[in-house]
Amino acid sequence: MSKLVHPFENLDARGLLCPMPVIKVQDRIADLRPGAVLDVLATDPGTLADVPAWCRVHGHEILEMVQAHHEIRIRIKVN
Amino acid sequence: MNDPKKAVALISGGLDSMLAAKVVMDQGVHVEGINFFTGFCVEGHTHAIRSRKGGGPRGPKPKRNNALWVAEQLGIKLHIIDVIEEYKKVLLNPKHGYGQHLNPCLDCKVFMVRKALAWGFMAEHGFDFIITGEVIGQRPKSQRKATMPIIAKESGADDRLLRPLCAQNLPSTLPEREGWVDRDALFGFHGRSRKPQIELAKRLGFTAWAQPAGGCCFLTDAQYSRKLTDLWSAQGRKDYELDDIMLLKVGRHIRPASHFKLIVSREEGENRYLEGYRRRFLNLRPISHAGPLCLVDGHPQPTDVELAARVVARYSQGREAAAVTVAAEDPHAGCRELTVAPLAPAELPSAWHV
Ligand code: SF4
Repeated sequence: MSKLVHPFENLDARGLLCPMPVIKVQDRIADLRPGAVLDVLATDPGTLADVPAWCRVHGHEILEMVQAHHEIRIRIKVN
Repeated sequence: MNDPKKAVALISGGLDSMLAAKVVMDQGVHVEGINFFTGFCVEGHTHAIRSRKGGGPRGPKPKRNNALWVAEQLGIKLHIIDVIEEYKKVLLNPKHGYGQHLNPCLDCKVFMVRKALAWGFMAEHGFDFIITGEVIGQRPKSQRKATMPIIAKESGADDRLLRPLCAQNLPSTLPEREGWVDRDALFGFHGRSRKPQIELAKRLGFTAWAQPAGGCCFLTDAQYSRKLTDLWSAQGRKDYELDDIMLLKVGRHIRPASHFKLIVSREEGENRYLEGYRRRFLNLRPISHAGPLCLVDGHPQPTDVELAARVVARYSQGREAAAVTVAAEDPHAGCRELTVAPLAPAELPSAWHV
């Protein structure tokens, strides 16, 4: 049986306009430990550029980015 | 060996703050960026407003947050701070007044340096000084020789505030006196010319930088300031919520009377943006012809709704038609259809355009 090492954290940033989703990601990650995985839901297309850019400058890893039906899901591994 | 000294750089996304940070980084100082979201910033949240073509009210622009882009160019961390609520005090009652429009630049600078200081000097952050990209004489109101000490003093940063681009024209600061940075390797830029900055950028190896039209925020924009003044006079008090100031960035604002205003989208991107507000505002949209979404802000009377429908018809593809059918959706009272004659241009006084 697989063991859940890092439970996924969730952040709902739908309806928020950039840079608010980035600020929410930043504030949430400040409380997470390295290795944690954060799933972000957003609607502003700006998050597709801004969240990865913020992650790059802070050294976090984008595991996945999916856009479907006006919704964006970004999975981040905290480093 | 001593740990390197640490500086917080105010990063607006423009060239000057990028250069100021780089000059200090090149002296071996650990620099991190800080950027404040006041609600009036030109970039970031305007992504959602732009149409798919990449155009928008201010023309085509790359879809990026310039402050983050600068941080990437510099290879530094950037901390973005939400100051929407606190900023109200700065904008609504600026001690030093406004600039050409509703930009309270001097108070704004004091506020931002004070915030950067409070953030950077928190025990867990442990920064030693603050950097800004200010240049004496660059801006007529806020960046003058006389305003430099005001910002340093009123922010509480005093001589821990370093302006690397014009430091040689100012009294030496703590980082210079302590030898954390070499004053001789800083600059003495002054005046409105951008040439020295552009030359320095090239010398430092930058090939691109953002040149935000109209500066870092909407408050320097004449039309935006007019809409904000209109909002305050219509509500009878100087105040705002985030949604108010966001909606001022979008669409044609048409005020037929003090008790209501129409916000009519001008293109597909604005249409999508206004969609997000449909559940909170009475909204109209032509259904017999293609046309814009319109929000009605305020307290419209039933006859006002008919006028609003005629305005919407006037901006629809049925503007030449005898009649256009418009759906009016009230979030509390449901949807109804109105068939109206599009307003003739002469019936739409220019004074209604905010
Ligand atoms: S332009 Fe706007 S953000 Fe920049 S200093 Fe002036 S008020 Fe502040």
